[in-house]
Amino acid sequence: MENLASNYSHIKGWGIDADPKNDPTYPMRKRSNDTHEGYGDWERPTQQQPEVEVLHSTERPNLSSVFGTSTPPSGLSGMIRRMAFKHSENQYRHWLPLILADRINVVEGIIEDFKSGKVPNIFAEKGMKSDMKHDRKGLAEKAAIVSLAIAAIVVWKYGKKSGSRKY
Amino acid sequence: MLAMNYRGPLRVRIDEKPMPKIEHPQDAIVRVTRSCICGSDLHLYNGAVPDTRVGMTFGHEFTGVVEEVGSEVTKIKVGDHVLVPFNIACGQCAFCKQELYGNCHESNPEATAVGGIFGYSHTAGGYNGGQAEYARVPYANVGPTIIPEGMDPDDAVLLTDVVPTGYQAAEMAGIQPGDTVVVFGAGPIGIMAARCSWLFGAGRVIIVDEIDYRLEFAMNYSQCEAYNFKEMDGDVVQFLKKKTDWMGADVCIDAVGAEASGNTMQTITGRKLLLQAGSATAVHWAINSVKKGGIVSIVGIYGPTDNLVPIGNVVNKGLTIRANQASVKRLLPRLIEHVQNGVLNPKGLITHRIPLEEVSDAYRMFSEKQDNCIKTVLIPPSARM
Repeated sequence: MENLASNYSHIKGWGIDADPKNDPTYPMRKRSNDTHEGYGDWERPTQQQPEVEVLHSTERPNLSSVFGTSTPPSGLSGMIRRMAFKHSENQYRHWLPLILADRINVVEGIIEDFKSGKVPNIFAEKGMKSDMKHDRKGLAEKAAIVSLAIAAIVVWKYGKKSGSRKY
Repeated sequence: MLAMNYRGPLRVRIDEKPMPKIEHPQDAIVRVTRSCICGSDLHLYNGAVPDTRVGMTFGHEFTGVVEEVGSEVTKIKVGDHVLVPFNIACGQCAFCKQELYGNCHESNPEATAVGGIFGYSHTAGGYNGGQAEYARVPYANVGPTIIPEGMDPDDAVLLTDVVPTGYQAAEMAGIQPGDTVVVFGAGPIGIMAARCSWLFGAGRVIIVDEIDYRLEFAMNYSQCEAYNFKEMDGDVVQFLKKKTDWMGADVCIDAVGAEASGNTMQTITGRKLLLQAGSATAVHWAINSVKKGGIVSIVGIYGPTDNLVPIGNVVNKGLTIRANQASVKRLLPRLIEHVQNGVLNPKGLITHRIPLEEVSDAYRMFSEKQDNCIKTVLIPPSARM
């Protein structure tokens, strides 16, 4: 160790936390028999009272003593989330519906914006000002690809209509 | 108050939102003075974490001044300037008693695999985060730590996640003096993990990424070797084996997580189609690059629940895998000491300081690695006065 330390004297703090006891279970699991006593055999903190709908995992019997209340489930996405929470965290039936609900929730968010008189500025929300400043070339490329795609759809549509007129 | 507002994948904005309130006797309300955008926020930003609801405020790395406390709060008082660990931990459950603060069982009703985390989807408890002017901080007797006198607030905010996570990555790697360490990912956590590997006595530290400016930054900040996997002669694992005398590294650290690039199949199934809980490319590389009998330490974030991971190689090579969210509170005393003694210089990671109002552009910049961005700090208007 002494010799090694002199090899690394240019690195401030080299080896100061070296610990031969750092075997694969230390200090991740400071051994304790508390968990053998089962769920909830500890002095539980005061229970937060839910003022909004809070979903909880089927792998626990109750709400945790404290929880977040940022965005309660609502609308169609909320219905899907409620269904998802009937299944264990171990199952795709829990997680895949939640991902689907997230996507539906995005559309609900846009509708909610319009309902409250706000037109979402998607260009600004995507941080395109940063692209304008730091990646003009990339932005121009993306704009060109989108324009081409729109042009291709228009041409395809127009061609289809004029083709149908022939018959 | 102003707060970041998630509107869907790749869409965030700043909005007026209601002030947070005390909802539990151990709550505190803090006026945010600094918050960061973390690499793991990008998993949320990209829509990869299930149950990330529109309207939520992200931000799990923040400092603030205590504005109000609940009736059971005794350890901090109004006016204290605190750094707030990203884990929400009760300090009383069986796991907190083992100092596994990242695994608290009383802070997240919605999933049992992970404890509560500020601003990190309902899968991590449904809490609003600190990318706002004010934030609700539960269990204020446990997590929030008064910033020591004289400590730079920019150092303090990085002690909420980046430094402890990077340090714990090295600690979990069980590094013994002279060991060769390979870190995958040259983001802030990977850079810090590489820097901290030396503290545990590493003999050689190698970092791997795909972006040159990040590698150059890592090489200077962490005094390590740095390689771009896109420019390697041959496969990544083959390259690293060759660099380690064909034996492999003693330990490998995955500091990337679900957004890893570098493998087409993983990118399609994990990142694009979300058929896996994220791309497991970095885990594959770590398992396959480490020496037989070695240790793989994972701090990269993956979603639930299934991933294609080469478990057969873990068995055949006799590997130990260690992984967790950092238990910030356990590590803070030691890390504060390291910062105060000048052993670690967290604020050296900060490349951008951006007003909170420009959060959309800040996310874009960080996500797209523009302007040589390594770490972004958001400053709310009230902290700029």
